[in-house]
Amino acid sequence: MTISAVPTSGVKQWLRSIRIPPVFYFLVIIFVGGAALDLIFADGQMVRNQTILTNIFVRSVALGIVAIGQTFVILGASIDLSVALVISITSVMTSYIMQGDPANVPLAILVVLAIGATTGLVNGLIITKLKVNAFIATLGTTLILRGILNATFTNFEGSVPRSFEYFGYEKIGPIPVSIIVLVAVTLVGWFILSRTKFGYQLYGTGGNVDVARLSGLRTDRVIIIAHIICSLTAVITGLFLVSRLRAGAPWVGTDGVYDLESVATTVIGGTALAGGKGGVWGTLGGVLIFGVIDTLFNQLGINPYMKNILRGAIIVLAVASYTIRSKRESA
Amino acid sequence: MNDKNLDVSEATTAEAQPLLEVRNITKRFPGVLALDKVSVKFYPGEVHAVVGENGAGKSTLMKIVSGAYVPDSGDIFLQGEKVHFAHPIQAYKKGVSIIYQEFNLLPERTVAQNIFLGREPARVGVIDIPQLNKMTQDLLRDMGVEKLIEPTEQVSSLSVAAQQIVEIAKAISYDSKVLIMDEPTASLTSVEVKLLDDLVMRLKAKGMAIIFISHRLVEVFEIAEKITVLKDGQFVNTVNKADVTPTDIVTMMVGRELDQFFPPLGLPEDLGEVVLRVENASNDFLKDINLELRKGEVLGVAGLQGSGRTELAQALFGVEPFKSGEIQIHGNSRPVKSPFYAISQGMGFVTEDRKSEGIFPQQPIRDNILMAIRALQSVFGLVRKDGVPKSKNLVSTLSKKVDVRTDSYDREVQFLSGGNQQKVVLAKWLASDASIFIFDEPTRGIDVEAKASIHEIIRQLTKQGVAVMMISSELPEIIGMSDRVLVMWDGKITGELPSRSSEEELMLMATGHVNNHISTNAVAGKE
Repeated sequence: MTISAVPTSGVKQWLRSIRIPPVFYFLVIIFVGGAALDLIFADGQMVRNQTILTNIFVRSVALGIVAIGQTFVILGASIDLSVALVISITSVMTSYIMQGDPANVPLAILVVLAIGATTGLVNGLIITKLKVNAFIATLGTTLILRGILNATFTNFEGSVPRSFEYFGYEKIGPIPVSIIVLVAVTLVGWFILSRTKFGYQLYGTGGNVDVARLSGLRTDRVIIIAHIICSLTAVITGLFLVSRLRAGAPWVGTDGVYDLESVATTVIGGTALAGGKGGVWGTLGGVLIFGVIDTLFNQLGINPYMKNILRGAIIVLAVASYTIRSKRESA
Repeated sequence: MNDKNLDVSEATTAEAQPLLEVRNITKRFPGVLALDKVSVKFYPGEVHAVVGENGAGKSTLMKIVSGAYVPDSGDIFLQGEKVHFAHPIQAYKKGVSIIYQEFNLLPERTVAQNIFLGREPARVGVIDIPQLNKMTQDLLRDMGVEKLIEPTEQVSSLSVAAQQIVEIAKAISYDSKVLIMDEPTASLTSVEVKLLDDLVMRLKAKGMAIIFISHRLVEVFEIAEKITVLKDGQFVNTVNKADVTPTDIVTMMVGRELDQFFPPLGLPEDLGEVVLRVENASNDFLKDINLELRKGEVLGVAGLQGSGRTELAQALFGVEPFKSGEIQIHGNSRPVKSPFYAISQGMGFVTEDRKSEGIFPQQPIRDNILMAIRALQSVFGLVRKDGVPKSKNLVSTLSKKVDVRTDSYDREVQFLSGGNQQKVVLAKWLASDASIFIFDEPTRGIDVEAKASIHEIIRQLTKQGVAVMMISSELPEIIGMSDRVLVMWDGKITGELPSRSSEEELMLMATGHVNNHISTNAVAGKE
């Protein structure tokens, strides 16, 4: 039961203690395989060109931020399908309120944060107080939000001021601001999950709601907070997208399939749909896998629709490998 | 009603105040009086076992003491003070903790995270992890198990015994005075049981009251000082271990009149050839199963919860198949790997959990009855409303045969009474022409009248040449119905008894007293 006292090097011990999510092995395999394909069939820019390498990350920013939020709700054994609509509303409302004027930036951000927090709160309340299955509850809010949005806006609306494009295009030294934001969101997510009482309670609630309740946790509140966090990450993704597109349109969230892809990358990252198991680093790995695939298909000049075949296969393979792994562990 | 000098509860009252006392606890569930004015006192520094048959009310009493149920009447006193628990967390906070059979841990979290869930040391919401692990380490050291369990280990990587210790640690961390353990040793190896025993002794020495619910009398006699016996929801007696023998306890646990009417047993001429034979078969739960089932007999299978009764039925029917050994159905020895194969060989399985395994509650009676026979038809075969091509009015014929009471065969099964639902399940297997029936708790939760008619149907079946294996936790049913009885314990068949054996003989075998002298004496006494 106790680990035998074989002296191990500090690095080895450290590696073991941080427990690298297995998704990163997938990521390395796909990246190396992709780079090889790129070298053979294309110009090999994927490894040689720093811009393209950086691009893998930039492509991952929008999905990455919202997937971190999705990880929170899935850890709580819930799910949020309304993120795509929150992203759409954020992008439209931001550019509509800003109208290219830097003076309106604070107001716009405040309004969209309020919309996001309200959506998360409503989702959480429907799920915990009305006891509606999370899939149905957030599907419902999605349809409601879509109705409101489509009745109000039909096309690009307003624009963001040049200063706001900082988020989407600027760099600090060699590193794009957007990547710094993604890393910051991931770090904050990691800190909340692994260092705060709320994080522990979320794992407890998602892992076994009865155990959590018997331990005195207010599980409803935990789930509601997780949903608010998730919607707020969708708002950040919306802000990032509008700063890159320079104007918001009501279809950016749904066209990006952020709802299903955030769930997919979370699951690829090793977070169990049943809740209570997983974390944000795995999700980041899952998101980067999607980023590598996008870049690879771009490099090879293959029909981009084809990449969904590979994505689909990876989802199935990753989840199957986790199931087999956990079965072997328990046996 | 029992020997007065065995009663110790009065004598000790003067010496010390009980840590926990229940007085006149009554709890009624729909149709059952689960507890009838039960009073027991639990003293500090004592291991107190509560024993009784299945359904005697042990678990209900413990759930009331730990706040999971609220009693209909009666009082609970903790250190002389009257308490009222509306929720388990209240009992926890007052120092009464319970460890259930099923684990209440988060397997994906560490030992420390589990023990202090919701009570982690933290500053402005940020957890002091070193402090959390240190608190856990201190707690484990206090319990003397720090060498076995690391605070940072993930619970899923621990052995079952270690997980149980983590649960106890969690309970103790609430500063509990009363620790209730519901069948703590059910899934442990003997080394692990020893480990647990040592821990219990340590806690006892600290002045805790340990309440121990167990089916295993051998263990009860090893670990407990006092034993309280419950029977049919009523308090029988509290005795000192030193004053009694296991046989005394068993006598207190059972011993009631055979008050129900049962159809007459099978006659020798009903008995036909062996239709089901199992030789040296094992799987993860079952060890070395050997049995024969003959045409025209009711073979009773008795045993306590967790003894492997249901697992045996599931293995025979291919739900959780045997992994080794031989199984012959009608002389045909092919392993039963799936229920489909079992059904095709003429087996029918009336499951214990009717609601989740026996019926489709939202489908009409007719479709439920035709379920099994349709499963045997070709996938492309046409479905008839009231029967099959061979027999057009199968539904009504069978419903009359088993006496399903309904105004229409279109009624959804969920709206029928328990007894009628069970009859639908019977009709389903009759439709498939099953010749070997396995019944698992055929009359659980069914009213007396329906019970009698189901017993009657079972006997009718054997008269028509069907072989029946009947699993039941109700001893009167086993004794009243069976032509032969197999007793199971710990995944093994520990003995066979003839028809009309006594409840005591059965109970002793079923509680692990496999010792030959008891069973041979019992049989010898009969002859």
